[in-house]
Amino acid sequence: MNIVVLMKLVPDLVEELSIDPSGTALDMSWLRLIINEFDDHASEEAILLKERGGGQVTVVAPEYDGVDEVLFTSAARGADRLIKIAGDFVTANNHALARASAAVIKELQPDLVLTGVQANNDLDGPVGPTLAECLGMPYVGYVSGVTVKDGKVTARKEYPGGLIAEMEVTLPAVLGIQAAEQPPRYVAVSKVRMVMKTATIEVRAAEALDPSGGPAVGRMFQPEAAAHAEMITGSPDEVADKLVSIFKEVGLL
Amino acid sequence: MSQDIFVVVEHLRGQVADISYLMLAAARELSKGIGGNVVAVLLGHKAEGLAGSLAADQVLYLDHPALAEFTSDAYQKALSGLIGEKQPRVVLLGSTTIGSDVAGGLSIQLGLPLASSCRSFSADGKFVSQICGGKIMAEGDLPSPTALVTMVPGGYKPEAGQSAQAPALTRLEVAGLDALRVSLAKYIEPEAGDVDISKEPLLIAVGRGIQQQDNIQLAEDLAQAMGGVVCGSRPVIDQGWLATSRLVGKSGKHVKPKVYLAMGISGAPEHAEAITDSDMIIAINTDPKAPIFEIAKYGTETDLFDLIDPLIEKVKAAKG
Repeated sequence: MNIVVLMKLVPDLVEELSIDPSGTALDMSWLRLIINEFDDHASEEAILLKERGGGQVTVVAPEYDGVDEVLFTSAARGADRLIKIAGDFVTANNHALARASAAVIKELQPDLVLTGVQANNDLDGPVGPTLAECLGMPYVGYVSGVTVKDGKVTARKEYPGGLIAEMEVTLPAVLGIQAAEQPPRYVAVSKVRMVMKTATIEVRAAEALDPSGGPAVGRMFQPEAAAHAEMITGSPDEVADKLVSIFKEVGLL
Repeated sequence: MSQDIFVVVEHLRGQVADISYLMLAAARELSKGIGGNVVAVLLGHKAEGLAGSLAADQVLYLDHPALAEFTSDAYQKALSGLIGEKQPRVVLLGSTTIGSDVAGGLSIQLGLPLASSCRSFSADGKFVSQICGGKIMAEGDLPSPTALVTMVPGGYKPEAGQSAQAPALTRLEVAGLDALRVSLAKYIEPEAGDVDISKEPLLIAVGRGIQQQDNIQLAEDLAQAMGGVVCGSRPVIDQGWLATSRLVGKSGKHVKPKVYLAMGISGAPEHAEAITDSDMIIAINTDPKAPIFEIAKYGTETDLFDLIDPLIEKVKAAKG
């Protein structure tokens, strides 16, 4: 079983976000990027599949600041091969990312490609279905469990309200992972440091990035809130008093 | 080429999803700016009955046994044929477990542009999308020639897309639905037995801000003192700290309690859409810019770990 995981980095939403001077994009100069948490789950699911059924896990990630650490962390968790796609991906859309990744992933001849079901900065759809079409593979998203058997994969697709659909998908296929069957495993920094000494990151150059199919943004802005909560301030005791009086008002106490 | 606005009707197990009605409402508004008819596209098998409530000028009904239940492969094949042939101005799909699985593939296959997470359209027909957990909006001209757009809830009311009068329905042949690579094996029902959080009057909700599993007990203590039930947002469920039956959000349950006490929840759109029917939202979050404060009636930036002990004490005192 040859499993490829595609990971990308996304803005850390805990940080202050701002718009660049053009007014049409996020200001990336001070923005901290972190691993897309759904890709983290995709990586965990790949390792789980390998542990259960054997095989090789290759993690592919486009180049961003901090991506080497993400790749080495994957290796520390059990990934066998690390590939970085060199290119200017910081402002690239998912169509460009999908095309560039497809060119690299195709050569790896994967049985299964896992990636996060979505990312917080998707503006031209999640990368998974776009990638699948570029690779000529079927796609199922919102997956929270995967079983491989007889050249087919059974993907547990989540619908709202807790309903699960078991989808049978012929391989090779791309799955968009919502959640791994267990939380992404923790690896100690010391272990990542050890892996950095022995693991290598293969670098592939991306061909010219082709963003066609993504929408042009004329204006980007921070939404003006139509309403805002009445803020309760003071010491924790004072805030607790006020909350209790609200609970009383609505008849909960 | 036409100026029509297609709405791909999402339905699951015989129920039209609210997002379908919401998109019909959006399409009607958009048509006032850019013209064209509102055309509902219904894919299914023996599913004509679902068309009756759709507020559309016309329904195009694609009937085929392979479309009886949603699968990405059959839907994409059927839709690519239809869109390629009819060339509407816009195709609206849900930014959902259904629409998001096919929109990207359609975009590459047909060479058509895709704008996702659209919340509304401006009067002159621009798409307005929300990204970065609702903290950033992106606006742009509807791309040409046919714009594929996936929509999130929030900008329109589903009721405005419902109609008591059934629209005219045209049945279309679907070809090419063979050699499908995705099939539905079965549905698995959600586990019963746990409390139904959609019926609880008081929900103590925890998010990423609860930080670690041990801290869930703090929320449980508060819930016990108040007579409420603990639920959580996606990160908490994915960590395995709470059962899936307690998940509030796009992929979990929509809730409508008297009070929704959100602790350490930022209020990303996927969560927010599921709690807006609450009578009152109270948010505790140290990030003053958290979107949860825009839908909450009351809020505080007090650290929940400083607040929860005195709160439990005072609740107990008030109960006597």
